[in-house]
Amino acid sequence: MPAAAPALLTVRVDRKVYRRARTEPVEAVRGLTFSLQPAEITCLIGPSGAGKTTTLRILLGLDHDFEGAVTPDPNAVGIAMVFQDPRLLPWRTIEQNVRLGLPRERRGRDLDGLFESLALTPWRGRFPGALSLGMQRRVALARALALEPRILVLDEPFVSLDDTAAAGLRGLVVETVARRGTSILMVTHNVAEALEIADRLLLVSARPASLLANVPLDRPRGRRDRAFLEATRADLAARFPGVIAQ
Amino acid sequence: MALIARLVSLAVLLALWQGVSVYADVRTLPAPSAVFAFILREAESGNLLFNVGVTLARVGVSFVIAMSLGVLLGIALGRSKLADRLLDTPLLVVLNTPALVVTVLAYVWLGLTETAAIVAVAINKLPNVAVIMREGARGLDPGLEEMARTYRFDRRTWIAHVLLPQLQPFMVAAARSGISLAWKIVLVVELLGRPNGVGFAINYYFTLFDVTAVIGYSVVFMSVMLAIDALILQPLDAHVRRWR
Repeated sequence: MPAAAPALLTVRVDRKVYRRARTEPVEAVRGLTFSLQPAEITCLIGPSGAGKTTTLRILLGLDHDFEGAVTPDPNAVGIAMVFQDPRLLPWRTIEQNVRLGLPRERRGRDLDGLFESLALTPWRGRFPGALSLGMQRRVALARALALEPRILVLDEPFVSLDDTAAAGLRGLVVETVARRGTSILMVTHNVAEALEIADRLLLVSARPASLLANVPLDRPRGRRDRAFLEATRADLAARFPGVIAQ
Repeated sequence: MALIARLVSLAVLLALWQGVSVYADVRTLPAPSAVFAFILREAESGNLLFNVGVTLARVGVSFVIAMSLGVLLGIALGRSKLADRLLDTPLLVVLNTPALVVTVLAYVWLGLTETAAIVAVAINKLPNVAVIMREGARGLDPGLEEMARTYRFDRRTWIAHVLLPQLQPFMVAAARSGISLAWKIVLVVELLGRPNGVGFAINYYFTLFDVTAVIGYSVVFMSVMLAIDALILQPLDAHVRRWR
């Protein structure tokens, strides 16, 4: 059982305040604690502008100016990130983009299998500008997976993709968990999507963000039918009307 | 098509020149044929090659100095607020000092030497490069910066694959505007205090009131600079934009 395994990473943000010259300080996060387990998909759901991105920055070790702790040190765990806008280097080829994400000594490694599994092989020598957004996200995913991370963080990975592209990418993410035992943290405000693939939902309030609920979804991904999805959604909507719409 | 348009406009220009020169005094506006005859004569004597070569060498050395210092300065200004505040005023002062003043002062302070000539040209050009590069360094994509930090790009990787590619279009722009500025200033610098070069030759023929020679030299040097732009800088520009 995933819940019994020791946590890969525990994030505790007691308080995060943005202070800028000449403006009122803004409290982005107040009381948000959660853990990530191996081989589990955790979805962080909350209203837009709720400090989800702030939380991700803290989790990635990019922002140290907060009250709380991330244990162990995120730099030692092996976390890879897929940004919402793919953030590829437009002046480098797809292959170079993936390799540059690796530490220098591992850049020469064999990536044929990775490119093949993401159906990117024919595109290796092309520039990102030649690819659709869905394909660019796929490259961003390849760049993250090449690191063989223990934790994969995805920020709104399926937003503004057509249904086929989104389903394809979703399938790849689920497969990654199954095959490599990666722990996935996905930020989204698409509840339907989260209900389909998550093992656990973290519901976050509007700003300042705090944890409202930690909801495990016990039924395995393959057996979630329409009735289950609708019932779960209705139940959550009744309990957390501010976060989940009916 | 673009090439044909260019050739047509060149032919029209030459025809116009030929037409006007028929009615003008031979001494104030010689015909194109007279100018080309002069160019051939000067080339045969070896003077043309020597003077153009000397001037090109000066343009080259001062261009390299101004570009490398200007790029470094511009990046520092664009990346650091403190550097920008400290150096903005001196930069504006140099930017607005006439080329002639810089040249005269360089000759006074450093003597009538090759060093003085090159320093004068470099100082005239450097602020332009720095200002263009500052704009480039200010406009770095914050999303890519964050990506680079998340993926722990080491310094070398960051410079080669994140910083420089974003600055390349600005560098090429600075180089192209800079090289045309540099050669114009080199001629003035040569005219004022060098015993050779295109600027010296033009001054020499000016004292003889030999307009044919003056135009001949400027046509040759202009052609050389246009060729450098077309054969080196424009392909470079296309190369750095190939991914677009």
